Amino acid sequence: MMKKEISIYFILFAIASLTGGVLFGILGAFQFIIPSFFNGIPFIENRPLHVSLVIAWIFMSSVGGIYYYVSKYCNVSIYSLKLVKVHLWVFIIIGLLVVGSYLSGKFGGREYWEFPPVFAIPIILSWIMFGYNFFRTVFGKKDPWPVYIWMWGTGIFFFLFTYMESNLWVFPYFRDNLVRDLTVQWKAGGSLVGSWNMLIYGTAIFLMDRIKNDHTISTSTLAFVMYFLGLINLIFNWAHHIYIVPNALWIRYIAYGISMTELIILGKIIWNWKKNLTKSRQDFHLLAVRFIVASDVWILLNLVLAISLSIPAVNIFTHGTHLTVAHAMGSTIGINTMILIASCLFMIPDITGKQFSKGQALSISIGFWIMNIVLLFFWLALIFAGILKGYLVIQDKLTFQEIMLQVRPYLAVVAVTGTIIFGGILMVFLPALKMIRQYIFAR
Amino acid sequence: MRLNTKRFISAILVSSFFIYSIVIYTTGTAIDKGVKWRNESSKKGKLIFQRKNCIACHQIYGLGGFMGPDLTNVVSAEGKGPAYIRIFLQNGSERMPNFHLSATEVDDLIAFLVYTDKTGVSPVKRFTINYDGTVNWKGNDEKGN
Repeated sequence: MMKKEISIYFILFAIASLTGGVLFGILGAFQFIIPSFFNGIPFIENRPLHVSLVIAWIFMSSVGGIYYYVSKYCNVSIYSLKLVKVHLWVFIIIGLLVVGSYLSGKFGGREYWEFPPVFAIPIILSWIMFGYNFFRTVFGKKDPWPVYIWMWGTGIFFFLFTYMESNLWVFPYFRDNLVRDLTVQWKAGGSLVGSWNMLIYGTAIFLMDRIKNDHTISTSTLAFVMYFLGLINLIFNWAHHIYIVPNALWIRYIAYGISMTELIILGKIIWNWKKNLTKSRQDFHLLAVRFIVASDVWILLNLVLAISLSIPAVNIFTHGTHLTVAHAMGSTIGINTMILIASCLFMIPDITGKQFSKGQALSISIGFWIMNIVLLFFWLALIFAGILKGYLVIQDKLTFQEIMLQVRPYLAVVAVTGTIIFGGILMVFLPALKMIRQYIFAR
Repeated sequence: MRLNTKRFISAILVSSFFIYSIVIYTTGTAIDKGVKWRNESSKKGKLIFQRKNCIACHQIYGLGGFMGPDLTNVVSAEGKGPAYIRIFLQNGSERMPNFHLSATEVDDLIAFLVYTDKTGVSPVKRFTINYDGTVNWKGNDEKGN
């Protein structure tokens, strides 16, 4: 049997995680509008299953991509293939333990990492191992690092520290004071998202550099300026999540000021829009490029939303409403998932040495349009739900149940459109899974 | 951009991250208006809150799930209070499962919510907006307490 490229297994488990994650998300969305819907898995189990599996999709697909791209395209060999295999097994075993703990109702952690905190130990060790292997590999590279290697390295480094930080609550000094506890939790959480964004955006830059064969994308001064701006935001802008928490006032001013530097990124996107659109049209027939172009559109939309939500005068109305969910979903599906699908669609034919057939390409194309068009309605429904809830809460005339009754029609749209998006994801991934299966079982 | 410039900027930013973190862990979060209500029972209640994954449905300071209401000030809310909370905790509701909590666990959770209530206000409903987009909370203190 021929030796298989290990990254394909990362992609396989990533797709399985995404499928499971979206399914649990749909179940949860229907439980919002019909409380007795599928009692077998209650909402308190559904929500962490949805979130953790989607996070697993993000990590497994981006990590699998990084291992593959570094070894194949960066003129270096992976320092230790054995460590890559161990990494894969740790991911799979921890993933199964986390799912098992949720399904048996065993929690104990925090929002987004609800599993018992003891699981954090192997997760931290696996990231130390990943970082060691990655840096030992890229330090062997003789020529200057393109920006995507800086971004991947930064993502690994900061993920490790911010993930450890997110577990500081196990110490009474952090846990006992609620204000400190929430502040540190959201500091870690905000920077952690910034860390995985580094892994994902680095992947997007790598793909555009490769596909267009234009290395200025990843080596220009502007590319590095934008990278450092992203890093500043990763470090300092997390507090817009917690303007309402009564910590020191200056924390909020710093976050507000730094958040507004995202206007520079927004300005750059708008400035380059026409030029990028013309270039992208030429390559739109390439499946991976199509998903990257879609992510560009979603970056623009979500950046406008994110900047608006970072203004305290807007945030006071929107905090704790579905507008925050719109931002999270828009970023996770519209930006992260689009880029990571592009990466999978680039890697799978590259690894297997086969191109998608016409029928498979058509299925992926239809899935692409379904995902993007329906995601717009899904996103807008969450925004309208958030605006309505924010307005009704500040008006202070209705009870929580009465407010949720008013919001419910929008949540029904979210549940239905979410189901259709799942259909789109399946149309994209079924041909990909077929190719992976043929590759894995080929002699 | 030259390699040394990149290294210099990176070193500055990474150092800033660690320095800023220490400042946040200490002076940035030293305030706790509910400190008088923080006791062993409230501390245990906080851990029960985590073990039962209450945050999947409820919010504290607007952070958490949206299935149930924000619990930051449920203890002092008009028409609610500890007795009201106790009924929910002991029996559940159409949307909330009955967790079959012991009497001590219920007491600890209520102690945690009493402490939480004293730390501040959420959602903030009384405020004025400044020209620069910042907000002033109204009340005896900055959080309207």
